[in-house]
Amino acid sequence: MTSPSLNPGAANFWMDQVPTPNPTPPSDGPRLSPDEELSAYRRMLLIRRFEEKAGQLYGMGFIAGFCHLYIGQEAVVTGMMMALGEDDQIITAYRDHGHMLSTGMDPKGVMAELTGRRHGISKGKGGSMHMFSVEKNFFGGHGIVGTPAPLGTGLAFANKYRGNDSVCVSFFGEGAANQGQVYESFNMASLWKLPVVYVIENNHYALGTSVERSSAHSEELYHRGAAFGVAGEQVDGMDVAAVEDAGKRALAHARSGKGPMILEMLTYRYRGHSMSDPAKYRTREEVKDMREHHDPIELVRKRLLKAGRSEDELKDIDREIRSVVNEAAAFAQSDPEPDPSELHTDVVA
Amino acid sequence: MPTEILMPALSPTMEEGTLVKWHVKEGDTVQTGDVIAEIETDKATMEVEALDDGKIDKLLVPEGTEHIPVNRPIAMLLADNGHPAEGHSFEARPTAAPQPIEVEEVPDPGEAPPEVEIAPAGPQAAPAEPRPEQDVPKRAVPPGTEMVTLTVREALRDAMTEEMHADADVFVMGEEVGQYEGAYKVTQGLLETFGARRVIDTPITEYGFAGVGVGAAFAGLRPIVEFMTWNFAMQAIDHIVNSAAKALYMSGGQMHCPIVFRGPNGAAARVGAQHSQDFSSWYAHVPGLKVIAPYTAADAKGLLKAAIRDNSPVVFLENEVLYGQSFEVPKLDDFVLPIGRARIARVGRDVTLVSYSRGLAYTLDAAEQLALQDIEAEVIDLRTLRPLDIGTVVNSVKKTNRIVTVEEGWAICSIGSEICAAVTAEAFDYLDAPPTKITGADVPMPYADNLEKLALPSVEQVIAAAKAVCYRK
Repeated sequence: MTSPSLNPGAANFWMDQVPTPNPTPPSDGPRLSPDEELSAYRRMLLIRRFEEKAGQLYGMGFIAGFCHLYIGQEAVVTGMMMALGEDDQIITAYRDHGHMLSTGMDPKGVMAELTGRRHGISKGKGGSMHMFSVEKNFFGGHGIVGTPAPLGTGLAFANKYRGNDSVCVSFFGEGAANQGQVYESFNMASLWKLPVVYVIENNHYALGTSVERSSAHSEELYHRGAAFGVAGEQVDGMDVAAVEDAGKRALAHARSGKGPMILEMLTYRYRGHSMSDPAKYRTREEVKDMREHHDPIELVRKRLLKAGRSEDELKDIDREIRSVVNEAAAFAQSDPEPDPSELHTDVVA
Repeated sequence: MPTEILMPALSPTMEEGTLVKWHVKEGDTVQTGDVIAEIETDKATMEVEALDDGKIDKLLVPEGTEHIPVNRPIAMLLADNGHPAEGHSFEARPTAAPQPIEVEEVPDPGEAPPEVEIAPAGPQAAPAEPRPEQDVPKRAVPPGTEMVTLTVREALRDAMTEEMHADADVFVMGEEVGQYEGAYKVTQGLLETFGARRVIDTPITEYGFAGVGVGAAFAGLRPIVEFMTWNFAMQAIDHIVNSAAKALYMSGGQMHCPIVFRGPNGAAARVGAQHSQDFSSWYAHVPGLKVIAPYTAADAKGLLKAAIRDNSPVVFLENEVLYGQSFEVPKLDDFVLPIGRARIARVGRDVTLVSYSRGLAYTLDAAEQLALQDIEAEVIDLRTLRPLDIGTVVNSVKKTNRIVTVEEGWAICSIGSEICAAVTAEAFDYLDAPPTKITGADVPMPYADNLEKLALPSVEQVIAAAKAVCYRK
């Protein structure tokens, strides 16, 4: 086969970089600046309070169906979003409320989607697992385990096709990390040097199956790309500073044309897999220990206090956030359901 | 007498080929396994090996000869001892010659002029934004338009080439689409014209690359994802249905997915159960998709161009057997057909025959034979399976009062099931006979030649059904 005449050298367009191992080892004890720390606190607290409220509304029957809460994992998306550039994209699966809030989407629109109302971000037609914001570069919100890997790889493909500088961050869980489509994605992303960062949110339980029971060599999921030449790193996903630091390096790696990178975030969800999961597969003590000794928000709160912030200032932030969330909840309960005519709109373009 | 070396069938659908080069000359001694010739099929150039030892007695066909039918003698071989070689000198399949394909000649375009939309191609606007619906002027192919004869394969390639020239966001990805130029040669020449950035060879990972295509479409690109066959797209159906088809609805109208999934669908020839299946009704079932299954080269071209421009995900079902069939195609700068409109392929008054894709071959043949028996069938080519143009079918049934549907797919929940239900609901009082379906047999596709024929619809079945609904013996 001859090489294409109109694009000399273009045969290597998708493969023009030699994979290199992760150039920078994790730094020791990354720290955020005091302002960043405060911003992280605020963002994580918004997710925490929002999810607590969502759980409450679920119990009251305002939210139905599957509802997967992000409580405990807030540092992961918050740290990544702090590292993200303005034109970068993110995509995730169905534990997505935190990701949406983190992109700056209006909590009212998200909560009203949870209650299935007309001013929900998807007009009430998507629900908890299916939300998108083209404006905020949030590409879902996908209900099928593992799909964010190839879809995110496709977003990264578009970045390289267009020759822009954007990186896509694709979030999925440690359970999804056993799916074939994830490895198909690693292969193509590495082969074509696509600007994508895969974030494995390892909260240790795929519904009720612990990572040890489902995943070979489960202590090092970040090595799962090794066979494809994809560098990986394990990160303390309960420390937003560590996440932000690793995120920045991974994004720089991907942005520089070196191809994909994997970040395995060790994290923990406090609630069940979804609202209907009693989580009997783990002990109360285990959850209690995580809450008391590894809580991502408490960690930042302590650092803020140590750095001279006052309890009152932090309480004010909490109050302010509770009021934002309450407002969203009130809106989501009072907003009307979609007009029946919406049943048949948005089916095809 | 020396033994004949026959023109081999080198693909399931090959009927003829070109003898590109002889690697031997008369008088040469050959051993089993020696390459004796190069033959270009409809898909590829293949080397032909001798299957016997012996001496080339005579070359019957000169180099460069085109259109040599399968099983025609191309050379004579003498066995080592000067006697005819034993058995077949060659890897041809003398007993398994591909069946002649029952394809009616191209219907005279003057007879039932297709409704045609002509739309300007021009470079398209901002990528992430959905394109505005093009309010295309509708007019038939202007009288006097020059027609060119193209194969379906060439028409598909031309459609992609034109759209890739018109819009830099259009690209093709799939297995063997680039350097190999398509497993069925549909993407021939695209790599050379557009380069490796826009013609992308993927690994054999359907689930993965279908997802990559959908992600790229979310970002506003316009991917054409080729499946080597739709059988393999079973591994990717999750992304076609769950990720692509539902995105617009789940996002409340925000997230468009302008993607075309295309490739050969349905039975080929003698490739057995896992490679012979019609997925038409599977995809036609799914809201959010548009589904196209053309028969003629003109429809293949005009509808593929429309599919590439469409802002919805489109499933484009081609047919391997039709790739090499030739049809008249209007020679226009920008020939685009509307999605969702059936074509009346033959006008008639006595019975309505409805089909799509390769089913038209059986149906048009049957219609010609029925005409000899004084039954004038109206033949409708659905062309698009979602949205289904029920109106055209119902109007025809109101005239003929009888309907037979013809498809290769299985009977349960088939396209014919849907048509018959719709006609019963919308034209009940016009029906003079029960709506009748001709479908493939309700079995996985068998391999044996005779069983495979029995598993597919036949012209005889269509004729018998048409006569039955006309109460004719």
